[in-house]
Amino acid sequence: MIKNLKRLDLIFKNEQDTEAILEKTLARSNEEIVNDLIDSGLKGRGGAGFPTGLKWRLAADDPADEKYIICNADEGEPGTFKDREILSSVPNKVLAGMAVCARIIGSKQGFIYLRNEYKFLVPGLEIVISEFHELMDRLNLEFRVAIFMGSGAYICGEESALFESMEGKRGEPRNKPPYPTNFGYKGKPTVINNVETLAHTYSIFKYGPDKFRDLGIKDSRGSKVFSVSGDTPIPGIYELEFGMTLQKFVDDFGDGDSKAVQVGGASGFCVPRKKFEKTIIGYQGKLTGVSLPTGGSMMIFNSSRSMYNVLRNYLDFFVEESCGQCTPCRVGTQQLLLGIEAVKRGEKPSGYLDKLLELAETMRLTAKCGLGQSVANSFSSIVENFREEMIY
Amino acid sequence: MTRIQYSVTDMANKHGRSREALLPILQDIYQAKHVISDEDMVNVARELDISAAHVYGTATFYSFLETQQSGKYIIRLCKTITCMMHGKNPVLQELERILKIKPGQTTPDGLFTLKETNCLGQCHKGPAMLVNDNPHTQLTPESVREIIDSYRREALSY
Amino acid sequence: MSDQVTLKIDGISVSVKRGTTVLDAAKTINIRIPTLCHHEDLCVAGNCRVCVVEQTGTDRLIPACAMPAADGMEIHSNSLKVRNARKQIVELLVSEHRAECTTCYKNGNCELQALSHEYIIGENGYINLIPLKEYTIDYYSPSIIKDDSKCIRCQRCVRTCDELQGVGALTVSHKGSEMKISTFMDKPIYQVVCTNCGQCVNRCPTGALVERHYIDEVWAAIYNEKKFVVVQTAPAVRVALAEALGHEPGEIVTGKMVAALRRLGFDAVLDTDFTADLTIIEEGHELLQRLKRALKDKDPDVKLPMTTSCSPGWVKFLEHIFPEFMENLSTAKSPQQMFGALAKTFYASKIGVEPASMVSVSIMPCTAKKYEANRPEMYASGYQDVDYVLTTRELALMIKQAGIDFNSLADDDYDSIMGESSGAGVIFGATGGVMEAALRTVYEVVTGREVPFDGLNITPVRGVEGVREASILINKTLPEWSFLEGVELKTCVAHGLNNARNVMKAVRDGSASYHFIEIMACPGGCLGGGGQPIPTSSDIRKRRSSAIYQEDSQKVIRKSHENPEIVQIYKEFLIEPLGHTSHKLLHTKYTARERY
Repeated sequence: MIKNLKRLDLIFKNEQDTEAILEKTLARSNEEIVNDLIDSGLKGRGGAGFPTGLKWRLAADDPADEKYIICNADEGEPGTFKDREILSSVPNKVLAGMAVCARIIGSKQGFIYLRNEYKFLVPGLEIVISEFHELMDRLNLEFRVAIFMGSGAYICGEESALFESMEGKRGEPRNKPPYPTNFGYKGKPTVINNVETLAHTYSIFKYGPDKFRDLGIKDSRGSKVFSVSGDTPIPGIYELEFGMTLQKFVDDFGDGDSKAVQVGGASGFCVPRKKFEKTIIGYQGKLTGVSLPTGGSMMIFNSSRSMYNVLRNYLDFFVEESCGQCTPCRVGTQQLLLGIEAVKRGEKPSGYLDKLLELAETMRLTAKCGLGQSVANSFSSIVENFREEMIY
Repeated sequence: MTRIQYSVTDMANKHGRSREALLPILQDIYQAKHVISDEDMVNVARELDISAAHVYGTATFYSFLETQQSGKYIIRLCKTITCMMHGKNPVLQELERILKIKPGQTTPDGLFTLKETNCLGQCHKGPAMLVNDNPHTQLTPESVREIIDSYRREALSY
Repeated sequence: MSDQVTLKIDGISVSVKRGTTVLDAAKTINIRIPTLCHHEDLCVAGNCRVCVVEQTGTDRLIPACAMPAADGMEIHSNSLKVRNARKQIVELLVSEHRAECTTCYKNGNCELQALSHEYIIGENGYINLIPLKEYTIDYYSPSIIKDDSKCIRCQRCVRTCDELQGVGALTVSHKGSEMKISTFMDKPIYQVVCTNCGQCVNRCPTGALVERHYIDEVWAAIYNEKKFVVVQTAPAVRVALAEALGHEPGEIVTGKMVAALRRLGFDAVLDTDFTADLTIIEEGHELLQRLKRALKDKDPDVKLPMTTSCSPGWVKFLEHIFPEFMENLSTAKSPQQMFGALAKTFYASKIGVEPASMVSVSIMPCTAKKYEANRPEMYASGYQDVDYVLTTRELALMIKQAGIDFNSLADDDYDSIMGESSGAGVIFGATGGVMEAALRTVYEVVTGREVPFDGLNITPVRGVEGVREASILINKTLPEWSFLEGVELKTCVAHGLNNARNVMKAVRDGSASYHFIEIMACPGGCLGGGGQPIPTSSDIRKRRSSAIYQEDSQKVIRKSHENPEIVQIYKEFLIEPLGHTSHKLLHTKYTARERY
């Protein structure tokens, strides 16, 4: 069924050689390992795309005694379910990545921050973690990993909100700077990586940076796990190479009638059919043309879908999931939702949409964290491309 | 959910008395009782030496912690777009019909609480719902009837 | 790394200490960046986003209040991009605010109103969210009204209650569109741990938190010919009232204030400073009695350290959080309540007025005093001892309502009796003042000599540090007090309830031991009280403090026990400190409360 796209089997490949790979990796110097990560071009797979090797180096350079490595498994972006799949099928790779990071930065304690919706994964993970602890003892690595359960809040996927939540507080994002690599959990230097990112480090340790680097395109190296849902005959998890056009993607995954693809979830962009060919999936980079940052959520909509309903659903989500502390996000999300409803009902003129587009831009410019800043992504891309569907 | 009643002091002994222990303690209380009562919050505040208002403020931030009593089985039906596209509304209507409650309500026998929730991470198998911690996917009006019946039977067998 | 950084703001180069925020850097070159959630007494929040500025090379705008200045930064505080964004943020705040300015108590002193005016927020704004939501107006407390429909969620109140006061009565609850400022379980504030200190009122930028005002009730009493209305004025009011009438902070207007009160129509204008002196006599003797029981009688039940009890916010705080220390609180009532009890007994009979026809009003720098006057313990005269408590702000409003040109008033003197005071009574208004006043009297009672400090100025207990310790060696005592010979009297002064909490924790775990502790609920003491003119800042409080000590130094009588009216009232009425009448009128008891 998959014709054009290069499907890969790196992440989900069942490999039973964790101990050997860790032994091999830990025999090398911290500097060598970090350089490999930087050379591989690996960037964070949560959506923001910060270079992983650089993040580890920043935390390693901080002279503090107490440091933490946290695996961010608070996968709450609508349309994303890859981390659940990775944690249920190859948790050993994630833990191995954490162990190497711990050695490099000098951390004795790691956490997996697991969203409460995935609590059913805990019994399985606990078994893997206890085996992992035995492995740590065999490798003479003083490192332990604990699961910290989320309590139901999308915003806790934002790293500083996640720290606040672990500290027993409301999951409200912090002002930045300072950044987590200097001031993270409990104010200590902290590396926080997405589940998939950590799993990829394992492949890089095993196969070397070149193999990873050979995949993908400039600024977007390696493979990526995509969560495909919506109007598709084959919903599910797929590991694909970066750099494909959306047209190719839709050809393989669509139902033949795709009118839009939402890339990156509710906080991502909506790409209409006419832009499929020009849109390349990868991180934002100079040579890739129109490219999109992505945590891997791909929601396909066919021509039977009302994009007004899609947008309304997203905005409803943001109105509820905003932490509420900053003005543009707390009030802005409500105004966007009420605004499109008012236009749809004919209570506001269609020109009100332009005021809302300006508001979305202001939210992008001024909101405190990525949630509020990225509401504009879906809002503007849907309203601009499907304006006629918004109007009464 | 376990019916064992812990005391807040026991939980503080287990998780510690620093502020970092707050969410694990609240989670344990909720797991045991499906409510975090006024009294529990005041006791937690006392054990951790923080303000009771802050315990309340923290608890109300999170959708998996509630300060109102929920039923033995908490149904969380995903309302995010892909579940919506694949028939969440008929499933919701069926749940409302057989449970005779609206979202946010609990059946008079205290067995079921019905909630709508944001993305459960089961988008490829929507519509999806959690009953307590257990995911149920690819729901249809027919399948939810069966699922609800199985929980009813489970409750009777205690 | 140099500890200075140099940046450019609006083209002007400025060097500041590393760590300084862009906002503060701008202040040094007189560029005002608007703020709402920022308050210099509180930690940075970065919530309202009104202070966003543009940084060359950065697409997104940055919050000036939260961003540390860095070398080479080029900041534009007023670019088109900034102005547009700022205007929209103010519009958003207005859309969730019940903007009924003409009927709002804060009309004219509202930071959102001012910004809305500055940015010309017209009616073509966003959808008004107020009719779409349920909101609560909590007007059950005798002190504070909390109106959620006016709240802009800046969280200044929450930070005040937490950081300055360590009370945590206010919190942020829920999230998203439901997010709001709550108490425990959203109970009315009179049911929770709130001490009524009013520090949140002082810092609320809008009308979401205001004092409950009793101006109309007081006017009604004044115009009622059958009523004899007495008014008392607290020490800290005279050094702050002028601010609310357009003057600079730190001006002393005692004489004008007395004249204005007379013009308003009060039948007798008297002074809380008088009962401050009386408090010193009663509380000082209580301290000596406790010391005697502890050191001479070896009574195991005596409770030390003794703490002051004149700050009603502090008293309620202790009742909630440290009920095990209730017996450590001095049983002496606050000056306001001593005054109230005496007004309707001693004073009423002295001037031949029926206590039933007397209305007792007090002017206080405090919102907790409104609550205190309503406590069930405060009916010692057989009537409510103090009928109405007005804040400094309310008095200023009455003066304006009456059309009085405050500046042109000639100084006037208090009526007598209960109008005379010593410098010791005056300094009650500043943190450390009660301690200093008490020591001036206690030391002299015990040794027959003046306290060994230059000009009676006990400087170790003065200052702005949150917790200050001082000890004073007692020697060559009078024979009656020989058990105190060689005793080092250990004292502690704390202001702001967070500091009070730390002191009491130290006392509880034994890491600190004192004989006598002075605690004032509000930062700076009463001069920084929750009823004082808005705004407040450390600079404003310092200037009020200097004014208070200046007033003290200019007084002929500096010690409470030398106040001739104090001598007179003991001779004619009270007979002796801690005597039968004192016990009945001037002392009280306390009530343990829940900790939420």
